[in-house]
Amino acid sequence: MVKYVLKRIGFLILTLFLVASITFFLMKLLPGTPFNNPKIPADQIAQLKAQYGLDKPVWQQYLVYILGVAHGDFGTSYQFTGQTVSYLISSRVGPSLQLGAQAMVVGTLLGILLGAVAAIRKNTWVDSVATIFAIIGRSIPNFVFAALLQYFVAYKWGLAPVALWEDGFSSSVLPTLALAMAPLANTARFMRTEMVDVLSSDYIELARSKGDSKWQVVARHALRNSMIPIVTIIGPMAVDLMVGSMVVENIFAIPGIGEQFVKSITTNDYPVIMGLTVMYCFMLTVVILIVDILYGFIDPRIRLSGEAN
Amino acid sequence: MDRILDVKDLAIDFATFAGPVHAIRHVNFHLDKGETLAIVGESGSGKSVTMRTVMGLLANNASITSGEVLLEGDDILKKSEKEMSAMRGNDVAMIFQDPMTSLDPTMTIGKQVAEPLLLHNDISKKAALKEAVRTLELVGINDAESRLNDYPHQFSGGQRQRIVIAIAIINHPKILIADEPTTALDVTIQAQIIHLLKDLQTKIDTAIIFITHDLGVVAGIADRVEVMYAGKIIEYGDVDEVFYNPQHPYTWGLLEAMPTLETKRSRLFAIPGTPPDLLDPPKGDAFAPRNPFAMQIDTEQEPPFFQVSPTHFAATWLLHPDAPKVDVPDEIKRRWGIWAAKHPAKEAD
Repeated sequence: MVKYVLKRIGFLILTLFLVASITFFLMKLLPGTPFNNPKIPADQIAQLKAQYGLDKPVWQQYLVYILGVAHGDFGTSYQFTGQTVSYLISSRVGPSLQLGAQAMVVGTLLGILLGAVAAIRKNTWVDSVATIFAIIGRSIPNFVFAALLQYFVAYKWGLAPVALWEDGFSSSVLPTLALAMAPLANTARFMRTEMVDVLSSDYIELARSKGDSKWQVVARHALRNSMIPIVTIIGPMAVDLMVGSMVVENIFAIPGIGEQFVKSITTNDYPVIMGLTVMYCFMLTVVILIVDILYGFIDPRIRLSGEAN
Repeated sequence: MDRILDVKDLAIDFATFAGPVHAIRHVNFHLDKGETLAIVGESGSGKSVTMRTVMGLLANNASITSGEVLLEGDDILKKSEKEMSAMRGNDVAMIFQDPMTSLDPTMTIGKQVAEPLLLHNDISKKAALKEAVRTLELVGINDAESRLNDYPHQFSGGQRQRIVIAIAIINHPKILIADEPTTALDVTIQAQIIHLLKDLQTKIDTAIIFITHDLGVVAGIADRVEVMYAGKIIEYGDVDEVFYNPQHPYTWGLLEAMPTLETKRSRLFAIPGTPPDLLDPPKGDAFAPRNPFAMQIDTEQEPPFFQVSPTHFAATWLLHPDAPKVDVPDEIKRRWGIWAAKHPAKEAD
């Protein structure tokens, strides 16, 4: 198991290196420079370029950058003079991580519950309500939910802050709910399908023939076996959440990282784009690694084949 | 003999979009303490549905339209779901067909084998696991103690079926229902499992209902045989009576279809046609359309049971005193010959 994790971490570093390199060259292909303002005189632009090393050939810039990254130095922002990329990210990553994690936990747990209940009460009104709920959650974009929650829950009923990040946990409730709808709906759909399958399997009938009641069968045998495919979709859902948070953070005016990302792309703030890309990539690969390890805990067949490698 | 199970006039319908399917059509049978009863018949004849009724594990779209299932005198059809849960795995246990899919893939076998004990007895986890080891060794899992924490995928098919059997017998049930327990296994393992079941029957003193479509297996294990066709029992008797003195043309067909060492023809026999549609069961004998010996009356009126011996009955008009003598197939003549040699006195009457 330790050997397996170490191997995976090696691959993780390789992935980050490749992503950083590819993003670097893609960015150089973008039209324009960070200093597009026509009011700046040409000699000043040349001076700025020299200051940031942008006058050198691309391969030299690449080497300087990659060596810097290897030492943990992501450079300084062009947009916010004097602020390092590391500082920019670390000061803003907190709210985003909190929202993402909360939405993930709330979404998957409620989704598992909703899907399981729908499967157990298959073809009844409970199932229909759960299915409709899942379709709504899946097909309506999160910014619509965000706006609706903002209008009704916050503005009309005054149950939570309308926006900003100033009241601690209560500020995070509405954006979390808006973000959680998609993973909730996704999880519920997968859970229902899988659980219906599992509930009609031979080992469930055997468990019933042992004397397990309907609910004992679900708690002891069906739930765990139905959760195996849910683990699979956690990775893609994490990606959705990262992307989704950019919009939702804007709606709730939360000083998060998604908002920062959008701003730095429009201003060609190379070091910040690079830093954020590498960070997103890092978070995603870590999520995938965790998912793979989680598999082993839920499904013993996978745990053992991992050890054999 | 003590009668442990008595099924009377059982009829079951399945609701489908096309209407009710009459899957079980007034079945009667009984089971005595310690005996082995084989129920044979082709797929869809209703043997598994009948047994699922005894377990109380019918599908949601099934409804019992008549009859009673008396377990030691108590009608289980009147029991609540809670009472049924208390009965399942304790008084009546079941062995399933496919050992590759009937164990929970994410639970250790120790827990799975100990589960029925913990459900039905006031016993500590430790004591239950100890009993699980003992039971696993009884069914032939070597070194069971060190394998308690293994998962099903770490066992072979034959071993898994032994584990399924261990789960079924750990509470020493009064009735053990084996639903085609050897169908998914290869022939050498089949023989071992049959031998194991016979051995266990004497050790834990249980009655076995053995569901199968393999007559070869029946000969090795059963005391009595019941032949089912289209939701009805059409012939029943002691195993020798059904094998060597069969009376129903459907039983003849089944026996003819089973190759023996004497079989000389190059092509194996098969009963022509398909079973009837139970959405709308035929009026007379359900087997009549496939029966080369069918008479006019077979299409008009259902045959009652005719007594062949005190233990042997068959529902065919051929046994009616007015029925013509038919020229039975060669294989059946051979079997009747063996029967006559064994029971010369009876044949003389």
